[in-house]
Amino acid sequence: MTDNSRRNAAYAAYVDRVSPMSKTGSSLAKAFAAGGLTCVAGEVLRGLFGLIPSVTDEQAAVFASTVLVVIAIFLTGLGVYDVIARHGGAGSFLPITGFANAMSSAAMEFRSEGLITGTAVKMFNVVGPVVVNGIVWSSAAGVLVFLVKLIWGAL
Amino acid sequence: MILPQTWWGILLGYVIVFVSGGGLCAIAQLLIIKTRLTPARILVIFLLAGIALQTFGLYEPMASVLRSGIAVPITGFGASLAKGAIEWATEYGIPGAFAGGLVNTSYGVGIAVAASYIVSVIFKPKAK
Repeated sequence: MTDNSRRNAAYAAYVDRVSPMSKTGSSLAKAFAAGGLTCVAGEVLRGLFGLIPSVTDEQAAVFASTVLVVIAIFLTGLGVYDVIARHGGAGSFLPITGFANAMSSAAMEFRSEGLITGTAVKMFNVVGPVVVNGIVWSSAAGVLVFLVKLIWGAL
Repeated sequence: MILPQTWWGILLGYVIVFVSGGGLCAIAQLLIIKTRLTPARILVIFLLAGIALQTFGLYEPMASVLRSGIAVPITGFGASLAKGAIEWATEYGIPGAFAGGLVNTSYGVGIAVAASYIVSVIFKPKAK
């Protein structure tokens, strides 16, 4: 076990040494392109869902991000998203597709530890901070707005 | 729809989406390079930014111009959470604040959990 981890650390150091230094400019450009294209894909889907007469623009946006999430998870399963993430950097983790990728890759990685103690426990390993902070602070925002309106109304 | 429904209006709409979405990701990439912030922290910062923009009423005017450029990045998730929480708090009082955000984002989160579970059963992770 320790032998394994020592070998992994040595290999990681070797990879760092032989891989070319990523230039700030090109990594920024790649993140810009990957993120921008993901958003354009979302906008195209939103436009297509919007063509359905009974669907409002707001609902179309929800459907579009849902489809993006499913596509990202499927690409993660196929191992394609890893390739995108290697080049895209922040452009691949900041959009909602990155959230989906973080979730599904953790679920897959820990599948070998069982469906309950592996997949189900580790699924929120990476996205846990986002979900917890999202719920806590959005609830706080709701309470704040409620109180402000209450006080405003009493004045 | 602010832009005219002509071919150049539609094209300009997509350009705005590309530039704003790409710009947000470039800012996040710059934070990775210039600071020691981890991706998880950067995600939380952008999430909180989305919540704050929604709470102070700035998100909707921005989203009407930038559309998917601000809605697809995690800022959109935060804004959607906050929008639900505020709407439900206004309608049902304080308990509503704790439910509305989850209700508003339940499609995406529910499908993400279920699809991740299915994918972990079907696919084997690639050797790294």
